[in-house]
Amino acid sequence: MHQHIVTSFSDELDQLSAALLQMGGLAETMISDACQALTTQNRELAERVISRNFEMDKMESDCQRDVTRLLALRQPMASDLRMVVGAIKIAGSIERIGHLSKNIAQRSIHIMDSGNMSAETKNVMSINGIERMGRAVSRQLQIALDGYARRDSEAALRVIFQDDDIDSHYNALLKSMLVYMTEDRQRLDERSNFLFIVKNLERIGDHCSNIAKVVHYIATGNHILTQNIPDQPTEGNDKAAKA
Amino acid sequence: MMNRETGPVETDAGLQSEKIETRNLSVYYDNTPAVTDVSVQIPDRAVTALIGASGCGKTSFLRCINRMNDTVPDARVSGEIIIDGTDINAPDVNPVTLRSRVGMVFQKPNPFPKTIYMNVAYGPKIHGLAATPAEMDAIVENALQRAGLWSEVKDRLDQPGPSLSGGQQQRLCIARAIAVSPEIILMDEPCSALDPIATARIEELMDELRQRYCIVLVTHSMQQAARVSQKTAFFNLGKLVEIGDTETIFTNPLEQMTQDYITGRFG
Repeated sequence: MHQHIVTSFSDELDQLSAALLQMGGLAETMISDACQALTTQNRELAERVISRNFEMDKMESDCQRDVTRLLALRQPMASDLRMVVGAIKIAGSIERIGHLSKNIAQRSIHIMDSGNMSAETKNVMSINGIERMGRAVSRQLQIALDGYARRDSEAALRVIFQDDDIDSHYNALLKSMLVYMTEDRQRLDERSNFLFIVKNLERIGDHCSNIAKVVHYIATGNHILTQNIPDQPTEGNDKAAKA
Repeated sequence: MMNRETGPVETDAGLQSEKIETRNLSVYYDNTPAVTDVSVQIPDRAVTALIGASGCGKTSFLRCINRMNDTVPDARVSGEIIIDGTDINAPDVNPVTLRSRVGMVFQKPNPFPKTIYMNVAYGPKIHGLAATPAEMDAIVENALQRAGLWSEVKDRLDQPGPSLSGGQQQRLCIARAIAVSPEIILMDEPCSALDPIATARIEELMDELRQRYCIVLVTHSMQQAARVSQKTAFFNLGKLVEIGDTETIFTNPLEQMTQDYITGRFG
């Protein structure tokens, strides 16, 4: 795309994009650190994730201010308008991801406080892999943000398709935990925390999917609705069947 | 880019039936092309905005619709302009009669150096639209009402039109245009000389007038085009690049050239 005639306007749009990507980078770190804090029982790391949520809130607030300013002073049109309006939606989703990561860290601390993690819980984590799910959602976020940086609608579609994989992770972990919970009711508190952690990761996946939909809108001008998502060009897609 | 085989890109605005159609319309000044091969349909009871850089041909196009270009020496128009199925350049069409059907409001308010009343009554008088003074009074009041000016001038109709403020003068010119019951109103940057409040009043008026008239608006303000029009056409170097419903043009235009222009990346 050509440079805007008013270079200061182009600069402001670039700064908004950079701020969003920086926010996204922080969210990726928070997801990764929160999962690592849980699996390695690292309280210090968990507390760091919690403290970084303030940073995330500040970044979202700055983004809202910048978007309001751009709308009022620059009156963007067409692709610029989509980019600016999309930015505020993406910032909201990233902030939610940060909040959910903070919640994972908080629940990790609860689990640590309840004593040594039970063998069954560790077993579930090693079999199905909370780390694996954490890496998967982190990867989803990374692809969505790369798609945003490049205005890449194909990347956005990939994220939307792959949300099914996240849901599969979630369902597998959920089933395992429910089995252990019914077998041993003594450690319900620990396992409830674990369930919420897995649920939070699943919701992070949903936010990545929402970001991808906004990226698709920014890139193409078309809103993508679940029922309008085209068939996935690879095997194993059940999105079409759901639609 | 514009598809040279099929002409400009068009998106359906889902509006009223067309009022004006041009077919391969071209305008030349001294053999220099100002408008080139424009074929377009303009809907009735809607505001159609024409946007584009200075010299892109939008005003020349507008002036063809009421044959104002007839008065320009060395101007030549080719192609067809159809209003309600009739070619307005046909030999049997009287341009004076045509201009009573197609009113025009200009960039700078240009009231006659006459009273407010006479500014509005002048057109109906020369077209013989009022049989009695009472009928003329009714026409003047009605036109001023529709132009949103009546309450401001009803007690001073005998004062000179040019004594009004700029925004009031422009509404007086609109009242003058609608006093002869036109079907189409052409507006050539009608707010460019007005302050934001007067502009807002004119825009509100356009929104009301479009319930009755086909309005074609030339504007340099894309925000104004976005605010008041239902359909927008983008011209570049005399050619129509894209026409579509205004929402699409300003959120997701089909042509890169349109996108570059409205986002300020043109040139």
